[in-house]
Amino acid sequence: MAGNLFEEIIFWLLAATTIGAALLVVHVQSLFRAALLLIVSFLGVAGIFAMVNAEFLAVAQVLIYVGGIAVLVIFAVMLTRDVDRGNLGTPVQPVALLLAAVLLGTLTYAVVQAEWRLLPEDLPGPLAAVFVDTPAQLGRLLVRDFVLAFEVAGALLFAAVIGALALVRER
Amino acid sequence: MAGGLEGNAIYRAVYGLVVEELGWASWLAYFIAAMVIILIVVNGVLVMGTLYTWFERRVLGRFQGRLGPNRTGPFGLLQPIADALKLMFKEDIVPRGADRLVFSLAPIVMLVPTLLVLAIIPFGRGSFLADLNIGVLYIAAVGGITTVAVLMAGYASANKFATFGSMRAVAMVVSYEIPLVMALLGVTVLASSMSMVAVVEAQHLPYLLVAPLGAGVFLTAISAELNRNPFDVLEAESELVAGYLTEYSGMKYGVFMLAEFTNTIVAGAIFAVLFLQGWQWTVFSPLGSQVGFLGFLDTGVARQIESHFWFLFKVGLFAFAATWVRATLPRLRIDQILSLAWKVLFPLSLLNVLVLAVEVIVWPEPSVGELGIMAAINWAVAGAAFFVAARLVSLGTRAPLGAGAAVGVR
Repeated sequence: MAGNLFEEIIFWLLAATTIGAALLVVHVQSLFRAALLLIVSFLGVAGIFAMVNAEFLAVAQVLIYVGGIAVLVIFAVMLTRDVDRGNLGTPVQPVALLLAAVLLGTLTYAVVQAEWRLLPEDLPGPLAAVFVDTPAQLGRLLVRDFVLAFEVAGALLFAAVIGALALVRER
Repeated sequence: MAGGLEGNAIYRAVYGLVVEELGWASWLAYFIAAMVIILIVVNGVLVMGTLYTWFERRVLGRFQGRLGPNRTGPFGLLQPIADALKLMFKEDIVPRGADRLVFSLAPIVMLVPTLLVLAIIPFGRGSFLADLNIGVLYIAAVGGITTVAVLMAGYASANKFATFGSMRAVAMVVSYEIPLVMALLGVTVLASSMSMVAVVEAQHLPYLLVAPLGAGVFLTAISAELNRNPFDVLEAESELVAGYLTEYSGMKYGVFMLAEFTNTIVAGAIFAVLFLQGWQWTVFSPLGSQVGFLGFLDTGVARQIESHFWFLFKVGLFAFAATWVRATLPRLRIDQILSLAWKVLFPLSLLNVLVLAVEVIVWPEPSVGELGIMAAINWAVAGAAFFVAARLVSLGTRAPLGAGAAVGVR
């Protein structure tokens, strides 16, 4: 809709925010600030989802990661002692660094080497509908075509909730 | 981008000027028009939020047999401006142990979700910034950012009362988010769409009448999300001073208050869209004709203006009802608040979705008559459910055992 330049600027802003915030998460001293920066990073990812017409994913990202997981992380931080001390060095640090580097290398290689097949501009009807009305299509798949898997996942989560309640119950 | 500005009058005017008169690019027209509309919407809503402080104090005064602010300007209308000026000239205090950056950012983050929600609210026929096909979910997602702001404020203040207050507020908001989202799911099921515009257009009868249970759960949960009475744990001075607001002063406190009051207006807008037919007015003419007080003019502009009027009228109704509740109900204790969310609202919201889903399977695209039958069934179900809930569930009106009782918290 808008010009390409406009989209490019927005993309680079979002990318820089996401990666910059992620780097700061491991760099800052205060655990609390790290958790907040994690939220910034999550929001950046949501923005990139929104840019590629995946609005449902973007909103789910904000709903689950910012509204749920990040708040849980902050609660955990609040229950932690010496929040401002920062991370102590551990003997596994070099190993972790190595693993992270290998992961980054693999992913970068995969992204660069992959043959990205772009969809044509004029999609056939049913395929185009997926982009226009994603939630309806998702809903159809979830509760009609793959309803068994959906119900099994629901039962599993329900069992997990009951298990958690049983574990923390006072006698 | 789903659902753009094409139907918007301001967009068409700007498009005509920028593209056809000046010959600039069309995306620039889109950008300028969007900025103009954002400016109008944001300022309009913030002014309404500010005015709402005056409205609430006056109406509360009425309820309590006193006058309320009536000295600054006609009827005291300029009182919000006087308040804002006072707050701006106050000393801006940051506690010594506080995390200065996070402390200062918290009020701004608090205001962000308020303004973001405005993007998808249809204020009138064809006047909205974006018609997202995930609109209803967007509200829930963006609303979640408030929790982060509360935690930021509470933690960065480096004050025990602030931290406790923020933890209580967050425990409450997170608990009430579940029935709230389930109530939104009920609306989605009824309208077969998550787009706000589609929800308005699907309401041949207001969903307040069709799904009273959902509307009730939504109203209760949204008052908790707004930190309003009877869920205003922040104002429990005897327990936590002023919660996460304890250390805030001056304009930072002002921004928190602005966000809180504007949130009430925005919640009213959401309620109007989801349960009161948004900009439509067909309660008294259920055959679907759009006859209103300007109906005799029967021109596009008149209908446009009328749609805005009805929308604002419904927001006003919500604002008045919110004040009414505040004047009537006492505050619940935090354990009662959480019991209410989990023991009453959560089962009721599940029941609501279940009943609505069955009804929508029976009548996939309900007409006015079928919506009427649904309404009759739903009112019966809601009545029975309230009766059962009232008999079975105890909120624990006696003082809690344990730590609370030991320090005499009642």
